[in-house]
Amino acid sequence: MLLFLVLCPIAAAVLIIAGAPARLTALVAAISNLFVTLLLLSRFDQVAAGFQFVSSFVVSADWRIHFAFGVDGLSLLMLLLATSVSVAAVWFAGGIDNYERAFYACLLFISAGAIGAFASIDLFFFYAFHELALIPTFLLIGIWGTGNRSAAAWKITIYLTLGSFVLLIGLILLYQSVPATARTFDIREMQAAITANPIAAPAQRHIYLLLLIGFGVLISLFPFHSWAPEAYASAPAPAAMLHAGVLKKFGLYGLLRLAIPMLPDGAHYWMYLLVILLLGNIIYIGLVTIAQKQLDWMLGYSSVMHMGYIFLGIASANILGTTGAAALMFAHGLSIALLFAIAGQIRNRTGTLLFDDLGGLAKVMPFAGLVFGFATFAAIGLPGLANFASEIMIFFGAIRNGWEMQRFHIFQIATVLALWGVVISTVYMLRAYRSTFMGTMNERWGKLVDLGAGLRIPVALLIAGLIWFGFFPQALVRMVTPTFRTYFTATK
Amino acid sequence: MIAIRAPHLEIAVLVLGITILLLETFAAKIAKKTFAYAGVVGLTAVLLASFFLAPEPSTQQAGGFWNFYTADALSTFFKRFTLVTTIIVLVMMVDYAPALRKADESTSANLGEFFSLPLLTCAGLMYLVSAVDFIFIFVSLELVTISFFVLVSFPRRNPVALEAGVKYLILGALSTGFLVYGITWIFGVTGETNLERITAAFSSGKIDNHAATFGAVLVLVGLGFKIAAVPFQMWVPDVYQGAPTPITAFLSVASKAAGFVVLLRVLQPFLMLPNMQRLVVLIALLTVVYGNLAALPQNNLKRLLGYSSIAHAGYLLIGVACFDGRAVTFYLVAYLLMTLLSFAILIIVAQQTGEEISSFDGLAKRAPFLAFAMLVAMASLAGLPFTAGFFGKFFIFVSAIAQKQTALVAVGIVTVACGFYYYLKVVRAMYWQPSTNDNAISISVLSRAIMILLIIATIVFGVYPQPILEALRR
Repeated sequence: MLLFLVLCPIAAAVLIIAGAPARLTALVAAISNLFVTLLLLSRFDQVAAGFQFVSSFVVSADWRIHFAFGVDGLSLLMLLLATSVSVAAVWFAGGIDNYERAFYACLLFISAGAIGAFASIDLFFFYAFHELALIPTFLLIGIWGTGNRSAAAWKITIYLTLGSFVLLIGLILLYQSVPATARTFDIREMQAAITANPIAAPAQRHIYLLLLIGFGVLISLFPFHSWAPEAYASAPAPAAMLHAGVLKKFGLYGLLRLAIPMLPDGAHYWMYLLVILLLGNIIYIGLVTIAQKQLDWMLGYSSVMHMGYIFLGIASANILGTTGAAALMFAHGLSIALLFAIAGQIRNRTGTLLFDDLGGLAKVMPFAGLVFGFATFAAIGLPGLANFASEIMIFFGAIRNGWEMQRFHIFQIATVLALWGVVISTVYMLRAYRSTFMGTMNERWGKLVDLGAGLRIPVALLIAGLIWFGFFPQALVRMVTPTFRTYFTATK
Repeated sequence: MIAIRAPHLEIAVLVLGITILLLETFAAKIAKKTFAYAGVVGLTAVLLASFFLAPEPSTQQAGGFWNFYTADALSTFFKRFTLVTTIIVLVMMVDYAPALRKADESTSANLGEFFSLPLLTCAGLMYLVSAVDFIFIFVSLELVTISFFVLVSFPRRNPVALEAGVKYLILGALSTGFLVYGITWIFGVTGETNLERITAAFSSGKIDNHAATFGAVLVLVGLGFKIAAVPFQMWVPDVYQGAPTPITAFLSVASKAAGFVVLLRVLQPFLMLPNMQRLVVLIALLTVVYGNLAALPQNNLKRLLGYSSIAHAGYLLIGVACFDGRAVTFYLVAYLLMTLLSFAILIIVAQQTGEEISSFDGLAKRAPFLAFAMLVAMASLAGLPFTAGFFGKFFIFVSAIAQKQTALVAVGIVTVACGFYYYLKVVRAMYWQPSTNDNAISISVLSRAIMILLIIATIVFGVYPQPILEALRR
């Protein structure tokens, strides 16, 4: 079934290039993927730790590379995110007059890359699938982008390439740090070998730093973030939804999957660095976000800022913090996708996203206003929505953190500062909402039409996810806890 | 049934080449294209025959001919590699012939030679990969180089091609001089030309290390010219740009691959000498940096591919410096697939609009198939996963990391990112830029088939590399 998940979008993309009706095929592929994920969810055994639904094919016996898929709670959660955002992204695409086929094919390839990366339990394909999305992103921004699309496309491509090759070196080092007889790319066997025979502390430090920088570039960790707002501002809305909502979570997923369990000493050693960088994400980028004058740039920066919270959860290295991080990955993915989707719809209608030009749009687009407002509240972290539950877990996790600390320690300071980050995000989110949908309306926008009725379905899908996990975060926590429990009992 | 033995393959290719050359001279009525197709069919037959080789007795027992000729797994593998390259190059030549005819009326009469010389080159390359003796290496290298002199300057009324030919001739002769001088020094020190016995002599510790090192360095210089390693690369851009495109492809794939096989063989004894590995590391560093940086500003695709071939020589040298024959071989296979694919597309597009990158503007509208094929080729050259090019770089990086060559790895990462820029420049031209020309491009059935095969092979080896790793073990 996992194989179907990965191959379905690729097959659909090939069909579309070969001549099948583009939109219909893409939608069918995305929706059937969502159903398969829901089916997996219903059959998933939440009590058992370890990977389920494993299917594996030998690719290279010499190198012990396998084309292997399997899910545990964490990856299943990510798959749910990837497939639901894919459905929404494909649904929100439309009105493409130039290379329509290629557009849908690119979207499907990004979707396949994300799904493949989350479902892989082989280090090699985990990495390779993420790279699968690189060229489609380049093309999506380059061909269908707006604004300074050429510069944005180059920037994201070069940044991500550099980041992923640094990451590749880190992964190869990780592979070689296992004794030669046990070397394998299978994440499960690697984990077992490392648990039995931990890597020496100095080696852990090198590898962790490489992974942190490599993944950090992909996640837009503070000094490596500058590609993200520009790319998201230029990208067509569906591409921004998929990239900011799903693909960016690959790096966080990688840190949770590899760095935390396999390199605990490295994580401890670089903890201070990570905390300082993530505060850069939360405070510095937060202030930068307030200064934005354009809705798409603001959303781009806000998505960079929210990565800081997830990093805080990862840095805290205890079950509570990492669970919160996983939950926020999911919640942020849904809410940012929703925001980008509405912003894209506004741009299609008005041709501008400058706050000065917009205003009062709620009169002509009440439904869009409602949805945007909802997503705004989700992004801020209002109780009752999934983001709130996750951020609370992260803050509690960070205060208690998994390290041996003095009485007053950096995590307390970081948590207090991060709490102020919530205030910052409230400021910019509400200001954006006010200057877009409230206030006096520009005469020009009198004839705008609201979102079509068809678009209510993907919107409802994303909102349902936010509300469900907002009211029942336990459902999500129960899914991911077994994974994290094995991490922290194995390393302690 | 007659047992096919390894030396029979080269003999068959030589006979085929000479027959076609004679037929061309005495049977003027036959259409020139027929010779190309005859070459393709003949080489395919040899290629098939290479899979039914009778096992050879081990070298020690055989003696005589086997002193300078080996039929090990590496050589058999690269013979197939050379044959495949030559077949594809011949197909490209058929596509290229109209351009040649248009440029110069008088050359059209000689097209038969144009089609038969690659066969002789092919035979030379096949001998080269089997050579384990300096004299034999030298002789087969000359067979290759001299036939390339003719091929490079084939459109002899074209000043650019002539310039390329002269450059190649002079620098080729110079590099041969270095090579021979180095061989004589080594012979002077050890009294041997056989690589295996030289290895024994070098490791015995009874030789003059300085003299041996001097000879080894000279040999490396000579080979450096052949594989276009920095600082012996200056002929590459001009020759690649000036030569007929199929010949450029041939030069950059087959000739380079054979050069690397020889390099791997001679390094076996040379690495016994002190500091030799450091020297190779240094050359690799220079090559990979120069190739990638110089490729960045290029606007002519053929020249870009020339510089990129220097860059790839650099990655290959990283593999050589770590003495990982398996990684080098895999990289060469990937390099064959993606380079031939991009040259095949270049030949077809160039006839309509030209060789500049801007000639590819809007190709995705005019010829979606060609644009997609080019996309795959560029993705693979850049080193994206799920293409053979990625596995190539991956294996190279793995062995560099295993050998703790931190400098090579660090530089490698940066240059790979450079590579993404200039390869994606082509992708940008094809997909973003508006088209200046709306005529559809026609592709012959044979070239389309070859392109599809190359695309499939690029992707299959990008997911499943095992067949190549297996083939080397036998």
